[in-house]
Amino acid sequence: MTTTIIFTIASLSLLGLVLALILYFTAQKFKVVEDPRIDDVETILPGANCGGCGFAGCRAFAEGCVKADSLDGLFCPVGGNDTMKKVAGYLGVTVADKAPQVAVVRCNGNCDSRPKSSNYDGYTSCAVMANLYSGDTDCRYGCLGQGDCEISCDFDAIKMNPRTGLPEVDEEKCTACGACVKACPKFIIELRNKGPKGKRIFVSCINKDKGGVAKKACAVACIGCTKCQKVCAYDAITISSNLAYIDYNKCKLCRKCVVECPTNAIWEVNFPVRVPKRETADVEQQ
Amino acid sequence: MSKTFSIGGIHPKDNKISVKAAIENFPVMETAYISMSQHLGAPAEPIVAKGDKVKTGQLIAKANGFISANIHSSVSGTVSAIELMPDLAGNLVQHVVVKVEGDEWDEKIDRSPEIVREIKLSPSEIIAKIADCGIVGLGGAAFPTHIKLSPPPGKKAEFLVMNGAECEPYLTSDYRIMLENPEEILIGTRIMMIALGVKKAYVGIEDNKPKAIKAMKELCSKSYRDIKIVSLQKKYPQGGEKQLIDAILGRQVPSMGLPIDTGVVVQNVGTALAVYEAVQKNKPLFEGVVTVTGKCMTEQRNFRMRVGTTFESMLFAVGGFPKDAEKLVSGGPMMGKAVARIEAASVKSTSALLLLTEEETKRKPEGNCIRCAKCVDACPMGLEPFLLNRLSRAGRIDDLEANLVQDCIECGSCLYVCPANIPLLDTIRLSKASVLKIMRSRPKK
Amino acid sequence: MKKLIVSPAPHLHGKETTKSLMRDVVIALVPSLLVSVYYFGFSAIKLALVGIATAVLVEYVIQRYIVKTKITINDYSAALTGLLLSLNLPPNSPWWIMFIGSVVAIGIAKMTFGGVGQNLFNPALVGRVFLLVSFPVIMTDYSIPSSWFREGIDAGSGATALSIVKESLAKGMTMDQIFSQNDFSYAQMLFSKIGGSVGEVSAFALILGFIYLLIRKVIKPHIPLAIVGTVIVFSGIFWLIDPTHYTDPLFNVLTGGILIGSIFMATDYVTSPMSNKGMIIYGIGIGLITMLIRNWGAYPEGISFAILILNACVPLINMYFKPVRFGKGVKHG
Repeated sequence: MTTTIIFTIASLSLLGLVLALILYFTAQKFKVVEDPRIDDVETILPGANCGGCGFAGCRAFAEGCVKADSLDGLFCPVGGNDTMKKVAGYLGVTVADKAPQVAVVRCNGNCDSRPKSSNYDGYTSCAVMANLYSGDTDCRYGCLGQGDCEISCDFDAIKMNPRTGLPEVDEEKCTACGACVKACPKFIIELRNKGPKGKRIFVSCINKDKGGVAKKACAVACIGCTKCQKVCAYDAITISSNLAYIDYNKCKLCRKCVVECPTNAIWEVNFPVRVPKRETADVEQQ
Repeated sequence: MSKTFSIGGIHPKDNKISVKAAIENFPVMETAYISMSQHLGAPAEPIVAKGDKVKTGQLIAKANGFISANIHSSVSGTVSAIELMPDLAGNLVQHVVVKVEGDEWDEKIDRSPEIVREIKLSPSEIIAKIADCGIVGLGGAAFPTHIKLSPPPGKKAEFLVMNGAECEPYLTSDYRIMLENPEEILIGTRIMMIALGVKKAYVGIEDNKPKAIKAMKELCSKSYRDIKIVSLQKKYPQGGEKQLIDAILGRQVPSMGLPIDTGVVVQNVGTALAVYEAVQKNKPLFEGVVTVTGKCMTEQRNFRMRVGTTFESMLFAVGGFPKDAEKLVSGGPMMGKAVARIEAASVKSTSALLLLTEEETKRKPEGNCIRCAKCVDACPMGLEPFLLNRLSRAGRIDDLEANLVQDCIECGSCLYVCPANIPLLDTIRLSKASVLKIMRSRPKK
Repeated sequence: MKKLIVSPAPHLHGKETTKSLMRDVVIALVPSLLVSVYYFGFSAIKLALVGIATAVLVEYVIQRYIVKTKITINDYSAALTGLLLSLNLPPNSPWWIMFIGSVVAIGIAKMTFGGVGQNLFNPALVGRVFLLVSFPVIMTDYSIPSSWFREGIDAGSGATALSIVKESLAKGMTMDQIFSQNDFSYAQMLFSKIGGSVGEVSAFALILGFIYLLIRKVIKPHIPLAIVGTVIVFSGIFWLIDPTHYTDPLFNVLTGGILIGSIFMATDYVTSPMSNKGMIIYGIGIGLITMLIRNWGAYPEGISFAILILNACVPLINMYFKPVRFGKGVKHG
């Protein structure tokens, strides 16, 4: 009996020892020598692996930061300025603050203002629908409402509103990683500066058809009438192909264009109520 | 015993309810909306301007680039506009709009009814004539015929295969022209044989068209012995060019290959008719046979229709919008395009306008894949649609290429059979395009 | 102006649905069910009803209250699993055995994997094997209850033909002795009962079901033919070498669960391969393992285990055995 036990213990221990030695030498032989700082930087990063930085995951971004000469052009949208400061501090470099951004949906053609002209019966995917035809309304540029943006979001920040048929961005959760921007086949979503205290103004339309055609398709379309451009004192608005665009770097948030727009195509977000109540895309206004 | 292709296939009801409708001329419209994108390749460039007077059959747009085709006016009148207009999918496309005045044809066109049998032109003259007359493949893809009849250097055609299968349910335009103009089709076939330098041609016809097979066979045995009529089993997609070559000759086009790789060129019988009219009668391509049909219609019709006729006017001519029609399809029900804009106009390759009822066409809610493998059995290219669909939804491009998504012919057999109503082809179509784009952008070895 | 329906092609759809396919399988099982009602009377009906009801109930409860997802009991797949499991139990089984079996089959083997279409193992077989391993005495008692049509069989000692053979061989008897001692005739096996579970009793009824499924194009013949073929070849070889210790091929095919297993269990869509080549490999594997267990394993019947083992191999089979691709047979160019 005891010989069995001794023999068992001895043989198993020997086996364990041999295997451990094999593992040890294999690990040494195939060891990848890496800058140990990469591991540390990786722990600083949020670990979302969303690809918003342009790298293949957080570890790749950490490698990129360590190997780069400076942190210019490197930015983790999920971690934001706080994370970049910590990384910069660890690596002993400085990094400039970047204005926080948020995803903005530039279409307000809901079921009421932009009536449907056909019934889409294919697979529930904006990509499939966009490949098939110009959309189930008379606006060729508008949101298709199948929710590719919602599926693409890793942070639960953009959801389709079944009542309006449009996506809504939760600006608390949005990390401006850009996944929804890439997912939208109509290029409706844009990353824009969040603005001071979250205040921002944008043209909620990307329709490039002539004014008459656009208005016929959607009651709140931008008709390219240029009234907003005329009233802007800061040169922030450009009109091109019957469409107005507000440069968020130049916009000083005076809101004159919002009032001026005859179709209510320009939106202000997170401002105190001043004009007659209307619905917003991003946040419930008081 | 009818021949058939070796892999996959489905048996939808052929619904050839318009089979008895003899071809009638569609009344010339008031306005023609002639699209500049009626073919594969670059849109044609208009050579007329607003206010110009044009005649029926007059050249109004020139081919632009290597893969492109000429476009001729289908009516006579005044050019009222050259502008962007939506096609049936709502996408803006350049159109030449002609306000119709009378019906004066270009003098060069021979309008006499006699059949011209003698072929006087040389191969290169034939190809030039076909290009001049803007002939494109009328099987659906609208590939410029003069290019198909000029194989690239190093590739030689051994046989010409004509597609008279018309495997799509509802469609009878090819059947009617085989019944009513069989000899013109055979002469057109012979013209293409001369252009290609081949000695033998085959015409594949599905066996649900016995009258057409008989009419063509009789003519062939008398005067066209170098053309063989082959009876094919009724099975979709027999009319796919790869499936035709497999059924008739037993040759299979390799992955990413073309029929010319097996020494074969495939053309539709409608194209043969257009070639006959171009080469023997100087008539460019500006009209074709369009089947207007549907279970909700009281009368089924086959029209000889001018290019540029709006779908709206087609509906008007058959008595308006039937109450039960919920979907309009340009083409066959398996591969045709759903019409989103009825004010859009027909093009050269428009073969049918289908009016489908909700019961026939409304999709049922998607269920879980039960792995029944019916899609695998149905796929004529031997692919696994259930797998390609899952990989597409997961965005796994490498695996998609490894599983040959690029070989999909988009016939729709997989979606048709799926008992769980999964929209397989919707996603496979997109990932096929992505994979092809990547494959084509790789540097050639 | 009417709003038209717009979708990508194709614009038509075939008539088959998941429901219609499952319904066809249930119809194909009706002959076997009728035969077992004839021989076992109320027991067969009791087991079938308990099985179906439990299976559907378990699926409903899990989908509605636990996973909170779409309810799919109306595609008949749970009902079919319940029915199949009931046909795989000994006729005298108490109702609670059937209940536990259904709960395991649907709850563990199907729903934990994600519901219909997602399971790796055949749910009915998982239920059966669970019961066999947990309640061996009840699950091997094949005594026949009395039915309305005849008296309870006195000679029915509670054993199947296969178990009789295995025990007798272990005792050292030869095949001739075994056959003469028991009343083993092929007519008995084909048309009535030698000893077996509710669904095993009549090979003829099962074959009728097979033909119905083939005509309706619900299943393809590859898997059943591969299994039966392998069983015939394998047992044939051994029987030819030593007929005193090995049963002949026909006996092997007609006894045990080979027929019900190859026609109804191994052909389950979800757990079987997707290509014809794969199906044949799968069938051969099942046939081989079944015969190995029958001849040298501890159990008299092995097809349940064999199918489950091959179920685990199916993802690998699907990866390496792809359907015949178009264009590979290039004859020119």
